Amino acid sequence: MQRFRSAIIVGASSGIGRAIARRLAADGTKVALLARRQGELAEAQAEIAKAGGHAVVRVHDVCDTDAVPALFDGLVEELGGLDLLVYAAGIMPAVAEHEYDFERDRLTVDVNLLGAMAWFNPAAAYMEGARAGTLMGISSIAGERGRRANPAYCTAKAALTAYLESLRNRCSRYGVDVVTVKPGFVDTAMTADLPGHPPGLAPIPVDDAARQCLALASGGSRSGFVPKRWSLVAFIVRSIPSWLFRRTNV
Amino acid sequence: MVRRRRGAALPLPNGPRAALDGFGRAVGSASVLHAPETTEALRALMTRAAAERIPVAFRGAGRSYGDAALNGGHLIIDTQKLDRVLAWDPESGVIDVEPGATIEALWRATMADGYWPWVVPGTMFPTIGGCVAMNIHGKNHFRAGPFGDHVLEFDLLTPTGDLLRCSRDDNADVFHAAIGGFGMLGAFTRIRLKLHRVHSGNLRVEGLAVPNLDALFDAFEARLPHADYLVAWTDCFGRGKSLGRSVIHAARHLAPGEDPDSTRTLDPNAQDLPDRFFGVIPRGLMWRLLRPWINDLGVRIVNAVKFASSRLLDRAGREFTQSHVAFAFLLDYVPRWRDAYGLGGFIQVQPFIPADRAREVMRRILETCHEHGVVPYLGVFKRHRPDGFLLSHALDGYSMAMDFRVTPKNRDRVWKLGQAIGDLVVESGGRFYFAKDAVARPDQVLASFGSERVAAFAAIKRRLDPDGLLSSELSRRVLPDLPALDGPT
Repeated sequence: MQRFRSAIIVGASSGIGRAIARRLAADGTKVALLARRQGELAEAQAEIAKAGGHAVVRVHDVCDTDAVPALFDGLVEELGGLDLLVYAAGIMPAVAEHEYDFERDRLTVDVNLLGAMAWFNPAAAYMEGARAGTLMGISSIAGERGRRANPAYCTAKAALTAYLESLRNRCSRYGVDVVTVKPGFVDTAMTADLPGHPPGLAPIPVDDAARQCLALASGGSRSGFVPKRWSLVAFIVRSIPSWLFRRTNV
Repeated sequence: MVRRRRGAALPLPNGPRAALDGFGRAVGSASVLHAPETTEALRALMTRAAAERIPVAFRGAGRSYGDAALNGGHLIIDTQKLDRVLAWDPESGVIDVEPGATIEALWRATMADGYWPWVVPGTMFPTIGGCVAMNIHGKNHFRAGPFGDHVLEFDLLTPTGDLLRCSRDDNADVFHAAIGGFGMLGAFTRIRLKLHRVHSGNLRVEGLAVPNLDALFDAFEARLPHADYLVAWTDCFGRGKSLGRSVIHAARHLAPGEDPDSTRTLDPNAQDLPDRFFGVIPRGLMWRLLRPWINDLGVRIVNAVKFASSRLLDRAGREFTQSHVAFAFLLDYVPRWRDAYGLGGFIQVQPFIPADRAREVMRRILETCHEHGVVPYLGVFKRHRPDGFLLSHALDGYSMAMDFRVTPKNRDRVWKLGQAIGDLVVESGGRFYFAKDAVARPDQVLASFGSERVAAFAAIKRRLDPDGLLSSELSRRVLPDLPALDGPT
C-alpha cells in the first residue's frame, strides 16, 4: 500500500471519509479532517488520537466555497505539504414521487459537485506544481445512469465522474494521480434508509470500503468500483437501452 | 446554508491559480496568477496584495531556468500582457517598450530600419522586463556588456506606490540596483533601450572544432580582439585528452556596403528559422524524436557525432554567412526541446570564473561532474566582462552553462553537484547568475557577491519596499535576509 505523508479529507465526520481518515492516521499519515458537524468531527479526532494518530480538524461547510482557498493554503502549511486530497463529502436527499424541489437539487449539486471542484482546483494546481500527489474523489455508481429515483444526485455524480476524468487527463502527465471511486452499496448513514438490495449486493462494511479506496489509490491514476463486483452491475445498468430503462424502478 | 457573496470582492487567494515551473521544469509550484493589461491594473494589484499582505513576485515569459519567477502559495504578477511598443525612433535607434514585450517583438519592430538589439539571449521569447531584471547577456558579452548597459532609462513602480524614473543621472543607485535586481525593487512599467545599428541582416560566421579545453581557451583568446560574438558548444562527455572538446562559433557584423543585398537581408520575414530539419523532419516534431536520445548513452552518441562532423567540416576554420536570428537563437530551433528531458526536467548551472583562474577551474568543474557521475548534456562556453550593476553576475572571465537532466533518482546527486560547483565558484572568486540558478546556497551567494554589495542592495530594498512585499522562491532561497513579508525586515 502506498504511504502518504499528509492528507486532507473533506467530509471526514462520517461514512467513507471518516473510515479513510482513520486508516490513513493509523498508517502514520498526518491528516486534516474537515466537516460541517463539529461534534462528530471532534469524535473522529478523538478516535484517531486514541489509536495513536494525529489529526487536525476544521469545521467547514463545503457550500462555503469562498472559504476554501484560505483553508487549503493554511492546511498545506500546517501539514508541511500535501500528498493526498480526498473529497468524500456527499449528500443524497430522498426525492419523493411527484416531488420537484429546486432548492434541494441545488444543495445536492453544491455539496456533491461544486464543493469538490472548489477543493480540487487549488489541490490540483499545488500537486501539478510539485509534480506529485494523489487526488481522490468519491463519486458513485449513481453517476452511470440517470435514475428516476434521484435526478440531482445522479447528475452531480455523473458530472463529478466526468470532472475527475478530465482532471486525470490533465494532471497525470505531470505526475499527479487522480482516482475516481464509484461506490455501490456501502454500510453508511447514506444507505441506511434504502429499501432492500439485490441478492449478492449487500452493503459492505465501511472500513472495507475505505481499505479498497486506498488500495485503488495505490495503483496510480484510475477509476474503479467499490466493491469491485459492482463493475459488473454498472456494465449491465449501462447496457440497458433507454426505452427499457425508463420502465424499471432501478 | 452558505451562499456565495455576490458582488463582494473576494480576497486575492480566491483568484485563479496556476501550476508554474522554471524553464528547466525541475522546480515548480502553484501560485495565484494575475496578468494585468494596464499599468493601472498592475498598480491596483500591488496595492491589494500589500493590503492583504500577500508576497508578490513578477513573471515574464518564464524563461529563467530556476526559481526566479516562482512564488509558491503566493501571488505571481504575469507581465506578458503589458507588451506594447510605446515609441520607436529609427533616427536615434531608441525604443520605449512595456516590460512584457519580447525580444522577438523588439527585433521584428526594428530590423527593417537597420537595428538589432545590442544584447540578445539564446532565445527570442524572454520579455524585455525579464531581460532587464536578470540583466542577461549574450554571445557578445565580452564586447557589448550585458543587457543593462543598453538601457537608457526606465520607470519603476515600487511597492510604496511611487513611480521612479531611473537612469544613469536620475535615481542612479536604483538604476544600478534594479537592473539585475531580479524583480525585488519594483515593476518596470516602461523601459527605454538603445539599439545597435547594423548594415546587414546577416553575420559572417567562422566555425572551428577544438580538441580540448586548452585549445578552447587558446582559440577564444586569439579571437577576442576582433570577433563581435564568440561562443562554444562543449561536449561534456569528453574526458582525458579530450576533456572540454568543443565547437566554436565566432561571428562579426558586416561593415557598411559589405552586404550588397542589405534591404532584403534586413527584411524581418527573411530572418525566420528553418521549418524542417535535414529537409524533412518538421520542427514541431523534433522534440519527440530527441526524447529517446536524452540519456547518458544517447547524448554521448549524439555529441560524438556532432563533434566528429564539425571537426571534419571546420578543421581549418570554415566561414559562412548566417542571419542574426539563425546565429543568435539556437534554443529556438527545436520548439518544446525542454520537454525531451521528460517529467523531471533539468537544471542549468552556469559558473562564472575569473579569467586568471578559468583554465584550471573549468577543468576541475568538468572533472567534478564526472566524479559525481552526472555529466551535463549541454555545455555552452562564453567570455564575459565586468559591469557597473550592483548584483552583477558579470566579471572579467569565462562561464560554462551546463544542463543537467534531473530524474527522481538523481535529483539529490544533481543538487549536491550543483553546490559543489558553487563551492568552486566561491573559492575562485567567481559569480552566480540568478537567471539560471536553482541550487546555490545563501552562504555561497553571500560569499560570491560580498556582504558589502548585498548590504547595499538590502538598503535600497528597505527604502523602496519597506514591508518586503516583493519576494520570490529565488530571493527567499539565496538572500533570506532581504526584507520579506513574515520574514526579516
